[in-house]
Amino acid sequence: MASKAPERPETLASGQVPDRAGMFGEYGGRYVAETLIEPLAQLEAAYFKFRDDPGFVAEFEADLSHYVGRPSPLYLAQRLSEKYGGAQIYLKREDLNHTGAHKINNTVGQALLAKRMNKTRIIAETGAGQHGVASATVAARLGLECVVYMGEEDIHRQAPNVYRMRLLGAEVVPVRSGSKTLKDALNEALRDWVTHVDTTFYIIGTVAGPHPYPVLVRDFQTVIGREAKTQLQEMTGSLPDALVACVGGGSNAIGLFYPFLDDAGVRMFGIEAAGLGLETQRHSAPLNTGRPGVLHGNRTYLMEDENGQIIETHSISAGLDYPGVGPEHAWLKDIGRVQYESVTDEQALAAFHELTRVEGIIPALESSHALAYALQLAAKMTPEQKIVVNLSGRGDKDINTVADIEGIEL
Amino acid sequence: MSRIQERFDALAGQGRKALVPYITAGDPHPEQTVALMHTLVEAGADMIELGVPFSDPMADGPVIQAACERALAHNTSLRDTLGMVRSFRQRDEDTPVILMGYQNPVETLGTREFARLARQSEADGVLTVDLPVEQAGQALETYREHGLDTVFLIAPTTSEARIKKICEASSGLIYYVSLKGVTGAGHMDISEVKNKVREIKQHSSLPVGVGFGVRDAESARDIASIADAVIVGSALIRQIEAHLSDPDSMKKKVADLLRDMREALDLDIPEADLSATNS
Ligand SMILES: Cc1ncc(COP(=O)(O)O)c(C=O)c1O
Repeated sequence: MASKAPERPETLASGQVPDRAGMFGEYGGRYVAETLIEPLAQLEAAYFKFRDDPGFVAEFEADLSHYVGRPSPLYLAQRLSEKYGGAQIYLKREDLNHTGAHKINNTVGQALLAKRMNKTRIIAETGAGQHGVASATVAARLGLECVVYMGEEDIHRQAPNVYRMRLLGAEVVPVRSGSKTLKDALNEALRDWVTHVDTTFYIIGTVAGPHPYPVLVRDFQTVIGREAKTQLQEMTGSLPDALVACVGGGSNAIGLFYPFLDDAGVRMFGIEAAGLGLETQRHSAPLNTGRPGVLHGNRTYLMEDENGQIIETHSISAGLDYPGVGPEHAWLKDIGRVQYESVTDEQALAAFHELTRVEGIIPALESSHALAYALQLAAKMTPEQKIVVNLSGRGDKDINTVADIEGIEL
Repeated sequence: MSRIQERFDALAGQGRKALVPYITAGDPHPEQTVALMHTLVEAGADMIELGVPFSDPMADGPVIQAACERALAHNTSLRDTLGMVRSFRQRDEDTPVILMGYQNPVETLGTREFARLARQSEADGVLTVDLPVEQAGQALETYREHGLDTVFLIAPTTSEARIKKICEASSGLIYYVSLKGVTGAGHMDISEVKNKVREIKQHSSLPVGVGFGVRDAESARDIASIADAVIVGSALIRQIEAHLSDPDSMKKKVADLLRDMREALDLDIPEADLSATNS
């Protein structure tokens, strides 16, 4: 069943999950080395103090309006909807936020916390570079030192974002351990944090990590769903029939879903990256193929081998290339409230082109996964029905990847 | 009485401190681990911390990360690690072995199955780096049922209330992390360590071991002056790393470093007492 959380849009407060230990059912928690327990307890105390503090909430909301540029539009993709002949497809335009993705909602929130906790240094991990850019951006704005950990592999894939971070004054540290991607960047950021806990605030970029990160990042991202709900009510007087979002760690998805969890008529679809196909082992779809385990401070579904070693993942989109997933999604899967599906590299690429050509919007490859599934879903629905797709980011960062795949030299 | 406790009691009787080397099982090759464990004992180890390799060792510095990668290149599993302990026991029934690792491989095998196999292999204790005492409830019971000591970390950031809680859940020894950082870091402050060890001892009569920042004989001796056990990992593994292609000199270098530490620890012990153990 859906969480019975009362919706309280006037604050950031949320309802029944997680419990006090940060557990979403059997998922989540705080599985970290001892050194981080106290800093996490401090972060938790600070967060739960400030999220109900009207001054904090007002400052957060002001930043979202004036710095991020919210509310982001809810756009009816009319030509696209007509072309697929089914449901009306609405796009929640997180791509129009400052820095080009939903990630900034969360970094603005965490930066406010960092400031109130008197931290002077920001660290972050990044895969696609969107979260790294969003972290470097808020650090620049607050005059804080910023170090971003990024897998060496991703540094090559997302070169434009690396340069953006450096322009913003951040130090980008290449991570050469393990698979040299997002999971290893997260390990390295945790190691940095352990070493500099007194001065440093670790801005995690998704709803993963140890408690309180999954709840804190969720709360900062629920603005997406709250706005979408109001906007669709205003435009059509009704609720959507379905929500679709891509799931890497799951922050844009939970941000959209959370305010609708109690609306039983709203179906929800979280889309994982099927890479070269679920049967190939070259994918990033732990909810579709994985098992529960413990990684990066929480219990959740993981992609692992028979010995419990985390295996390398693959996706065309660096932001979905992660072997775990936020614990709340693990819980929502088990209780059956959200359906988790997957989309291959090829399908995502096709959707990338489709939106670009039909609506004049270049989506991020991550968001293209959600879009690809929404197009299939829409075709099976009727024109009276409505789908909201989270267009989590813009695709400028991906043009090199796409050109590369298609053998085009820029 | 557990092997760990027995060993600490014997050492205390002689006024000596325990020397506890850490190596990662399967590094540099699974076939070398058991021999390396015997080498450690011959060079003066009182007990061994055997690392279970994990793909994402987030509390470890670059040296132990690389050790894990080398071990995993040969697919060294938790089950394999327990097999190594069993072979080690064929020639050594006295030296306690503590398994140190991360939670995910344990859960994949199953906590109960792991405990059963660990018991069967005659391992003595379990330290799971990313299983803080709050999350350990069920596992603690299972380990105790199987006669395994439950070892926990205490860190410079640990509050007094938590120190109490951790002491209550611990058996065998308590492992104090000497610095804010990862394994192999080098910025330990000995007077801070001393204060914290004293604080821990107010809450527990268990021996306290100190690790994470021990690099050479001198720092080992510093630690020995304020704690019951000196735990050394990265410094030894650096020797392994430096002699990957030559197993004989690798063993010799590891033994030399450990022997230096042993000598430094035993400097003030009369010869007569020393001949009683480590024969
Ligand atoms: C545009 C965009 N969408 C989605 C994601 C995936 O993250 P999450 O699942 O936390 O929303 C990323 C991550 O980098 C991203 O940049």
